[in-house]
Amino acid sequence: MNKTVNHKAWFFVLPVLALVAFNAIVPLMTVVNYSVQESFGNNVFFWSGLTWFEEMLRSPRFHASLGRQLTFTFTILAIEIPLGVIIALAMPKKGIWVSVCLVLMAMPLLIPWNVVGAMWNIFALPEIGLLGKTLNSMGFDYNYTRQPGDAWFTLILMDVWHWTSLVVLLSYAGLVSIPDAYYQAAKIDGASSWAIFRYIQLPKMKRVLTIAVLLRFMDSFNIYTEPSVLTGGGPGNSTTLLSLDLVKIALGQFDLGPAAAMSLIYFLVILLFSWIFYTLMTRNEEQ
Amino acid sequence: MKRASWLIPTIYIIFLMLPIYWLVSMSFKTTNEILGAFTLWPQNFTLENYYVIFTDPSWYMGYVNSIIYVIINTVLSVAVALPAAYAFSRYRFLGDKHLFFWLLTNRMAPAAVFALPFFQLYSAVGIFDTHLAVALAHTLFNIPLAVWILEGFMSGVPKQLDETAYVDGYSFWRFFIRIFIPTIAAGIGVAAFFCFMFSWVELLLAKTLTAVAAKPIAAAMTKTASSSGYELGLLAAAGTLTIIPGAIVIYFVRNYIAKGFALGRV
Repeated sequence: MNKTVNHKAWFFVLPVLALVAFNAIVPLMTVVNYSVQESFGNNVFFWSGLTWFEEMLRSPRFHASLGRQLTFTFTILAIEIPLGVIIALAMPKKGIWVSVCLVLMAMPLLIPWNVVGAMWNIFALPEIGLLGKTLNSMGFDYNYTRQPGDAWFTLILMDVWHWTSLVVLLSYAGLVSIPDAYYQAAKIDGASSWAIFRYIQLPKMKRVLTIAVLLRFMDSFNIYTEPSVLTGGGPGNSTTLLSLDLVKIALGQFDLGPAAAMSLIYFLVILLFSWIFYTLMTRNEEQ
Repeated sequence: MKRASWLIPTIYIIFLMLPIYWLVSMSFKTTNEILGAFTLWPQNFTLENYYVIFTDPSWYMGYVNSIIYVIINTVLSVAVALPAAYAFSRYRFLGDKHLFFWLLTNRMAPAAVFALPFFQLYSAVGIFDTHLAVALAHTLFNIPLAVWILEGFMSGVPKQLDETAYVDGYSFWRFFIRIFIPTIAAGIGVAAFFCFMFSWVELLLAKTLTAVAAKPIAAAMTKTASSSGYELGLLAAAGTLTIIPGAIVIYFVRNYIAKGFALGRV
């Protein structure tokens, strides 16, 4: 759509700007403020320059939790995106079952995050949980509170359970927007179902899939509540993702300087990745 | 191949329902039964857990608090997002693209980063432990989302509608309220749904910004694990009840959920 140039449109944006700025800029400046100061308590602060940033970027602890975070995010993206597309392709296109599927599939999305964590915490308990008991009786030695591998398995399974539906809903929205005529044309040409997927469905889903990747990336990078309730970062530090580590430093040890420096690095990492996705997307739109 | 395709969604839905079933079935068990033995369904069916929740104000007020701030947040987010989305979809103005991206960056901000500064800011302006505090804090990620979704819907409405209305002598606000808003009613529904959803499920900020008066239900649940021993039955019942508002909302917007994302433009 060709838009008119109208700088007065700023007035329409002002309320949003005021609210978001109040929420974003003041807290962000507080964090920046802490990140460049040193404190010995009693609200006395000293300028410390960029020492916290240097310390953070060199700290093995930060590297370890960043590594775990990246492993987690890319694992769940690699599972949820293809799985979501497959389920969306297999869903009915018309009739009463569409509503049934949509309502049931959307349910995990509307459960408060700590309830999701608590639910899986109980579900996976080796003695009294359905999942844990079943796995153990099948002969697996499964205990997510003791073995890091099991904790990771549970964490990833929980996230797949929680968020795959988002990918399904998005892909499904892309699929139903394809006009029937496209399929009829493909049928006349005798296209295989792989060809239909590759040349009709996938290009049509590209936009919604990019939204899905972007949303899943941002949200999984920010994940805090579910793992904190499920494993609390344990056993040991094996499932301590970035935000869990951050809260431990900021509220557990009350090291505000390092925590603030870490927050900013963390935010910049997300921003950088999202900016890459965003530019890739807008470039595709222009083509 | 085609005939077996119903299998995939069915298996997926069963996988989704299993943990939910486990939670619901546990809410009808006594704590002794939960800890004592492994049972697939409640042997001594009890409503005791639900009775506790509906009679103890520290429990049921949690639901009331959550619903109040979620509604304030939804109304506020959608109300301010409407004119902004209109501006983004109809006009080009100085810095519009940068502003749009900046708004989206706030959707990326980790709540863990903002929890402490939020606490200090809201204490300083004197609204700590009010419903308004949580509602305002949640606008940080809901306004960008609402603008994003509404802008998508508005761009789908041809500009001729605006022009015809002006030719017919409508003032801008009369056109906006009488004609434009009814035209994109579905979009408003979808935006409101997503605001409701993200405000309802968020806990970290809601917990940090409240103490007693506005404490959300999700935060009330953390106390069962700590203070009164390990009351799993009660926890399960409270959890089950948090699923219900979401399920009701989904049922009403089921035909729009998928569409909302598809039309939302990045």
